[in-house]
Amino acid sequence: MDALTRKSYELRRDIIEMIHKSEAGHVGGDLSVIDILTVLYFDVMNVNPDNFKDENHDRFLLSKGHCADALFVVLGEKGFFDKQRAIDTFSQYQSEFIGHPNTDVNGVEINSGSLGHGLAVGVGMALAAKMDDRTYRTYVVLGDGEMAEGSNYEAMMAARQYRLDNLCATVDLNGLQISGTTDQVMSSALLAEKFASFGWNVIEAEDGNNCAQLVEAYKKAAACKGKPSVVIAHTVKGKGVSFMENEKKWHHGVMTQEEYERAVKDIEEVLA
Amino acid sequence: MNKITNRQAICECLLEKAKNDRDIVVVCSDSRGSASLAPFAETYPGQFVEVGIAEQNLVGISAGLAACGKKVFAASPASFLATRSYEQAKVDVAYSGTNVTLIGISGGVSYGALGMTHHSCQDFAAMSALTGMRVYNPSDRFQTTKLIEALLKDTEPSYIRVSRSATEDLYDGNMDFTLNKANVIADGKDVLLVACGEMVPYAKKAMEQLAAKGISAGLLDMYCLKPFDADTLVEKARDVKLVVTVEEHAPQGGLGSATAQALSSRCPKRLVEKNLPDEHLISGTNREMFAYYGLDDAGIVKSVEEAL
Repeated sequence: MDALTRKSYELRRDIIEMIHKSEAGHVGGDLSVIDILTVLYFDVMNVNPDNFKDENHDRFLLSKGHCADALFVVLGEKGFFDKQRAIDTFSQYQSEFIGHPNTDVNGVEINSGSLGHGLAVGVGMALAAKMDDRTYRTYVVLGDGEMAEGSNYEAMMAARQYRLDNLCATVDLNGLQISGTTDQVMSSALLAEKFASFGWNVIEAEDGNNCAQLVEAYKKAAACKGKPSVVIAHTVKGKGVSFMENEKKWHHGVMTQEEYERAVKDIEEVLA
Repeated sequence: MNKITNRQAICECLLEKAKNDRDIVVVCSDSRGSASLAPFAETYPGQFVEVGIAEQNLVGISAGLAACGKKVFAASPASFLATRSYEQAKVDVAYSGTNVTLIGISGGVSYGALGMTHHSCQDFAAMSALTGMRVYNPSDRFQTTKLIEALLKDTEPSYIRVSRSATEDLYDGNMDFTLNKANVIADGKDVLLVACGEMVPYAKKAMEQLAAKGISAGLLDMYCLKPFDADTLVEKARDVKLVVTVEEHAPQGGLGSATAQALSSRCPKRLVEKNLPDEHLISGTNREMFAYYGLDDAGIVKSVEEAL
């Protein structure tokens, strides 16, 4: 097993612990997006606790902010704060580790949580880089359910208008949202075509939970000049925990003790 | 009569300040002409961003620019800026504390006969309700310039409403200005008039007409709706019999409401709130509408005499 995949499964174990302790969070989406976050933070992006205040660090926005749980374990692992404290206090009384990204947590760029905001903010960040001739890149992670928000399409237009090749969106396309499949609720089947028709460079990761495929996708994005790129990551909601995979009830389900033990066992088996 | 609008004053101020500040950025939503910001776009194309007719994008992009060190001024008609992009103002600007000044142009009933879609009679209320957002409605061009200069010195979010038409001069370039402190135009013994924005010149005329009738009126220019200068209000209201507020806004959540809140807890006093009614407004120019709804000098004088 390669180092990134190993890390993504170790972080899955952290997520399961955090979710079980807090009886909160969005476990299904955490497990679909964790490989994307792992690859971005441990392979692609130039951001760490030492350069976070520098003007030229890569920017990251989790537009699908309800998966803050996954972001917090990644930031903790990256050294922005004590990861175990995040796991122990997530969603608890007076904790800064609330259910959405916020700037009280070291490593978070801007407060988010309402869907459909991240891409426009990312456009502003990428524009600022162009204005100042800075080389940092801006990465925005969106959910496929979130793509029903119309504000995304305003941002997609502007990103192309200003040829923001320093902006890379990722859609965590797991095909499920709180009420059911995206096909039942609002289809995400034509997302690649939508981005392409808005003039974006579209890169599909057939297995969006495969770190090697994601690494390749982000290399292609960085190499593309003159337009923004999107990685459409075809993921599995609940990936890595057998009974959660592709089950809408695990959008934000709470595990029984027995379920928790089974989830840990599933992950430990992969790590072994 | 002054012909320079407050939006022109904003542009002139930003043109001047941008000479030595590459981080000043203006963002418009097909609104550079109506915001009088076209000269800025022409002079500093590298510090100007056009987002098209997309107000949510206007505010979201502004927040992203600000999060990377830019001092952003985002201008769009107040009607759309204060409501179409309300959630971006709440989350990306106010909650996130980004250095964005939202400029609501052609505020209140500036657009006159264009009707209710284009009026912004709830922008004070909407923006004041956002934690972290400051709300200003400057009166004349000199106060507007002082306000922009003051806002450039800090990094907190703000919403400013300006009118479409030019406001009569009340001050000059040497006026006293302290951010978040009301300007005291006159002290009075009988009545305190409290006004903001385009209503201040009407209130000043009313004050003069009242003096001719033997009624001594004071006048506060409460351009700072949030944070609201309750200290100056209470100080000036203490010894009068009546307080009258005048605003180009609906009855809920604006100058009258803030005044009532401050007085009721700190200085209970007879209060008359003059504003636009909570109903579909008549058609007309803004001046015709002010007269119809009693917000002009004659209407203010009438209200004072009735109440006294």
